[in-house]
Amino acid sequence: MTAQEIHDGLKAKFGGAVLDAKFEVMQPWISIAPDRMKDVAFFLRDDPSMQFDYMMCLSGVDYNDGRLAIVYHLFSMVHRHKIVLKAFCTKENPHVQTVSSVWGTANWHEREVFDMYGIIIDEHPDPRRLLMPDDWEGHPLRKDYKVPEFYNGMKVPY
Amino acid sequence: MNETKTLPTEYVTHPGGIKSSRGQTLRTDEMIINMGPQHPSTHGVLRLEIVVDGEIIIDVIPHIGYLHRCFEKHAEHMTNYQQVIPYCDRLDYCAAINEEHSYVLAVERMLKIELPERVEYIRVIMAELQRIASHLIAVGTFGIDAGAFTPFLYAFHDRELILSLFEMTCGARLLYNYFWIGGLSHDLPPQFVDKAKEFCTHFKPRIKEFNDLLTFNEIFVTRTANVGVLPKDVAINYACSGPMLRGSGINWDLRRDDPYSVYHKIEWEPKVGKGEMGTVGDVWDRHIVRMREMEESVKIIEQALAALPAGNVQAAIPKRIRPDVGEIYARTETPRGELGFYIISDGSATPYRVKGRSPAFVNLSVLPEISRGAMIADLVLIAGSVDIVLGQVDR
Repeated sequence: MTAQEIHDGLKAKFGGAVLDAKFEVMQPWISIAPDRMKDVAFFLRDDPSMQFDYMMCLSGVDYNDGRLAIVYHLFSMVHRHKIVLKAFCTKENPHVQTVSSVWGTANWHEREVFDMYGIIIDEHPDPRRLLMPDDWEGHPLRKDYKVPEFYNGMKVPY
Repeated sequence: MNETKTLPTEYVTHPGGIKSSRGQTLRTDEMIINMGPQHPSTHGVLRLEIVVDGEIIIDVIPHIGYLHRCFEKHAEHMTNYQQVIPYCDRLDYCAAINEEHSYVLAVERMLKIELPERVEYIRVIMAELQRIASHLIAVGTFGIDAGAFTPFLYAFHDRELILSLFEMTCGARLLYNYFWIGGLSHDLPPQFVDKAKEFCTHFKPRIKEFNDLLTFNEIFVTRTANVGVLPKDVAINYACSGPMLRGSGINWDLRRDDPYSVYHKIEWEPKVGKGEMGTVGDVWDRHIVRMREMEESVKIIEQALAALPAGNVQAAIPKRIRPDVGEIYARTETPRGELGFYIISDGSATPYRVKGRSPAFVNLSVLPEISRGAMIADLVLIAGSVDIVLGQVDR
């Protein structure tokens, strides 16, 4: 299926949850409402014409204009088509629904996104930091991140 | 662990409890054992929190991040795209060439650069040599996990020959910075082709020798068959890739299925696990997939060496690397599986965002699923068969 057909299929099923889309770029993407992510993901995985069973990548992005996003790169081993989904949220209200019940691999990726960008993953089964220590303050990959001077009495910029 | 987990019934060896000599029922309890981060069989700084009942594993919780070196933050703070390549090397220090390949492929696709044929062929030769070197470490250390020390020495002897080929080409033995955006740092030295052919001739019988030593050794087979079985659907759901995925019987290889470079001009085939010694997707299957992939890599190298065209390897290197505003996700097949780079460009000379989707990270996340119900000694083998490199897991 082309990105346009996938977009139309989602639009027909979910209507208002499909916010935006861009097709004339190298890898077309569709923007989904962050609080409807799980339903959309289940549909994309289980619908016979979509069957996006393989999540290639899940990344957080800070656009440095008050917006954060999670980008999902999906692939179908059956139909061999790809699509990119984006769930935008704001820095004031950084909430996105989990998809870890849909694709098991999303569990760790989402923990990493929370760790690095402070996007709170709603309904995540294991919402801990992944790479940074549990008592670390701040989210390092945000563009406005300032490195703390000390961590537990140790000087940080060595 | 707040909630208590009960042992699944199929693992209960003494229904009704174990009796003491006086006929009393012995109390059993679950226990948490810590393995790592400094443990020889975790292949690096990985900490596993193991919940056991007796010898049987109820749950494994990996704790990672001990080798986190802020690759993604560094990549955003370089002065140009080229400077990120040495950092890519250090992601997976056992297969640096393959990491570079994925990154330069992503940037070249953004810049829409057409590469000279010679560059593509040299890249394939180097990537496959590196794949053999990396698999040799994987199967060698896997032998140590199973208690066989000698095969490790055989593996390292042959890996040494490959590293000498790299040293001859670009001066470095481990972290090369050899693939540049649009080309290569050096052309091949004149004696390279002969030396590489010599290596292929030397290496083919060595694979058989290695198989006789380790792969079909009866003790090794008994230890590895039917252990750590990864079913097909779980493998796909957890986005496993590389030998993990193919070991589970899924015929999937990005070199063939999402083609890049000149792999489509070369005759070879992906190898899959067939459950010859036990169940499809067990630890032995993953091991045999690596062994057979090395044979395929030798085939690819021989064909690429024969077809190597002439040309200038630096002809297509752009003077100025400023991709248009946009984003791309490009992936290649590394020895551990699908390595992808998601790069966002804002039109400036530095990448706005670089995300590395590392196969070791994703493959490790399935470890709890495949080790439940196994023995502690088997966990060492299961973790070894995933073939993690912690530099790539933590980035």
